[in-house]
Amino acid sequence: MYSFDKSRLDLAREFKANPFGEHRPDLQYLLNLMRRPDPKRPHFVLMPRQWGESWTLAVMEPGGTSPPRPTNLVFTDAGEAEWHVFKLRWAELAGEELPFD
Amino acid sequence: MTRIMGYCDRWSVRPGDTVNFMVSCIGAESYAAEIVRLKQPEAGPLATPFEPEPVASDVNGRYAGREQALPIGSLAVVTGHPCLERLEAATLVAYVMPTTPSKGRQALFGNWCEASRTGFGLELDEQGSLVLRLGAGRGTEVTLATGEPMRAWRWYRVAGTFDSQSGRMAIWQEPVSRHGFDLDRPIARSAERGCPSTRSMNPLTFAAWQNGETAGPSAWGGLQFAQHFNGRIDRPRIVEGALDHAGIAELMGETGPAAIEHELVAAWDFSLDIGGEAIIDTGPNRLHGTIVNLPTRAVHGHNWTGCINDWTQAPEQYGAIHFHDDDIVDACWTVDFSFEVTSAQRSGVYAAKLTAGDFVFWVPFFVSPPKGEARSKVAFIASTATYTVYLNNKGRFLSSATEVYQGRVTVMDEIDSLLFEYPAMGLSTYDRHSDGTGVAYASRHRPVHNFRPTGRHWNFNLDLCIIDWLEHLGGDYDVITEEQLHEEGMGLLAPYNVVITGSHPEYDSLDMLDAFQAYLRRGGRLMYMGGNGFYWRIAHHPTRDGVIEVRRAEGGVRAWDALPGEYHHSFTGEYGGLWRRNSRAPQKLVGVGFISQGFDKCSYYRRTDAAADPRAAWMFDGIEDELIGDFGILQGGAAGLEIDAVDARLGTPPHALVVAQSENHSNTYEVVAEEVLIPHGATDAIINPEIHADITFFETPNGGAVWSTGSIAFAGSLGWNGFDNNVARLTTNVLRRFAAEEPLPWPGRPEAGA
Repeated sequence: MYSFDKSRLDLAREFKANPFGEHRPDLQYLLNLMRRPDPKRPHFVLMPRQWGESWTLAVMEPGGTSPPRPTNLVFTDAGEAEWHVFKLRWAELAGEELPFD
Repeated sequence: MTRIMGYCDRWSVRPGDTVNFMVSCIGAESYAAEIVRLKQPEAGPLATPFEPEPVASDVNGRYAGREQALPIGSLAVVTGHPCLERLEAATLVAYVMPTTPSKGRQALFGNWCEASRTGFGLELDEQGSLVLRLGAGRGTEVTLATGEPMRAWRWYRVAGTFDSQSGRMAIWQEPVSRHGFDLDRPIARSAERGCPSTRSMNPLTFAAWQNGETAGPSAWGGLQFAQHFNGRIDRPRIVEGALDHAGIAELMGETGPAAIEHELVAAWDFSLDIGGEAIIDTGPNRLHGTIVNLPTRAVHGHNWTGCINDWTQAPEQYGAIHFHDDDIVDACWTVDFSFEVTSAQRSGVYAAKLTAGDFVFWVPFFVSPPKGEARSKVAFIASTATYTVYLNNKGRFLSSATEVYQGRVTVMDEIDSLLFEYPAMGLSTYDRHSDGTGVAYASRHRPVHNFRPTGRHWNFNLDLCIIDWLEHLGGDYDVITEEQLHEEGMGLLAPYNVVITGSHPEYDSLDMLDAFQAYLRRGGRLMYMGGNGFYWRIAHHPTRDGVIEVRRAEGGVRAWDALPGEYHHSFTGEYGGLWRRNSRAPQKLVGVGFISQGFDKCSYYRRTDAAADPRAAWMFDGIEDELIGDFGILQGGAAGLEIDAVDARLGTPPHALVVAQSENHSNTYEVVAEEVLIPHGATDAIINPEIHADITFFETPNGGAVWSTGSIAFAGSLGWNGFDNNVARLTTNVLRRFAAEEPLPWPGRPEAGA
């Protein structure tokens, strides 16, 4: 059974270098774990400011009863947005932030 | 916060037709409306600039803003009748299956009016217990409850009796068990409470209570409705007089209520007119009624044995209607303005642009040439069936599940957000109702978030990239629609040398497939410009335009699965699901069929040896590249999102040529479920060699041909680098050859009779 291992910083580095496309199996397992739906927890969406150019990270509360709540985080690169969400999820799983940005 | 939204009554129009627009404007005193022609989508800095073309029209201008409500929730209703009004003592009986019994008060049936507090009715209370409610006005109400909640998804026989003279009330809540084990038990309650006179001419309703008149939009009769029920109701009956338990059993018996026939007021049989909207009373008063907001029919009732899976073969086992508090088939809004299509309008894709403050909402429609006329040798057929089926796809925003299979965080703009600000906009057939059942009906008669030239590049929006390419080539094309194809058949296609599909023509009726097939047999040419096309069978509503049914039966990549025994469409009785399970796999029509989907990154095609075959080499004129489409606005490639491959087993013609094949897809590309009979793990594109998109060509009899791209993302590469790219060149070569009068030679022996 796959379980999270916070010593696998190589997976974080691989994702940062290539957030989209082919991933090694261990990174894909980790992404599936991070993205697993949880009906009791909020999830993230990206709200476009300019289509294809910039996005605001927003939070959807569970249950689908309210519109997304925008954060103050704006990204001009979709990959950077993915990396930011990855770091948030890593910190939640590990109980500590990644040692690099 | 300022918001504006709207819809129109017709998507497919011709010169002389009028399009009515309905608008709701919130937070602004007025709004602007402008008719425009759409020539491309808003697709960001790498695409053609978004420049809708203004259309001169009297309707362009400012209008007073007003909010229009959305009357959501299904029910059935019978107009008030003297035989109901005079009831001073009565018995109400039905089989019911609640699916969300603890969701709050929910009406079963009766003529109770929530506003006036008059009438009688059976309902569920806050806990899901059966309640009989009587009233003659505010302050006179009496109720009797079982006090035991019903369980979800379990059939019960429920009954209530009252007698205003004796003041006696009684109720029964009895589980109907065929298989399985449950601690549930029959409950009976009675009381003497001085029943008020319930005389009223209120309409009789099922699955909702009327809640008085409304000045705004009404789903029926100028009334608003409340306490919507989630679940099924089967064979409801009303008898004059208060029956005892034995009498109730006789009333609901298989042999009919002979002994109490003279007391019968009504006996509705929902297994009659399953394809329509009537509810039929087989009793002496003929209290026929109508369903409202399209609750689901052709669902099994309390007596389904499991031995019959086709409602047309045993309709008596399909005598239930499944009501939902989130069904909506028509917003019933008042018309705000009307646009008359004149002969001055060229065929094309149009929209009403609605602006209130900074908020912009689009209401597209399609203008075709006069019936029977073609203004071009080229037709683009808009995938109106697929657009309809996807309308208001809320589920993709509800959790991170979308992110799992898309491999990236979901993008959601402020128009998508309307689904959460105004949940009464309703759902799509990719969603589940609030009780967890799949949404089987789609309607375009309501505001929608995902039929517009902005936002996610999918379906209509992405198809505008194909329009963009046709405009770049000079704009010599007509626009026709799938709903016209369903109505008019092959005659719609016949005047054209070539018909071009959208990027994702996924849903087809039998009439649509037959029309394409006939067109190709008589020498027509089809450019299938997408992926996952011709996949699901649909049924059109018999009388309502723009209302489509999808039964997601056995097999397929699907957001929900139809319940066992409910695979046949209610509208037509046809077995639903994948066309490949109906002997019409897409490979038979266009050579390729759905093989995989992924949404994180798109890839490219590599030219094959078959590209040099003299039958196909012409399409690569001017193209030296080995790789085709290693660019594009959709995640960097022309091959991706949903992709198709050839499969001789499923009907790819033996002479079909795969001239280019995609490769190098990512982990998120999993082989489709219908190809994985025994789970084996080797299902993603990293290790499964079956996953690729095939650009495929084959000739059809009498000089016709098919050319398929097998990829939704393909359209997103056409405009790359100002259309100076090998995808645009390849596609344009095919278009020019297909539009020419010269037949494409049939490569085999002549067909018999050819």
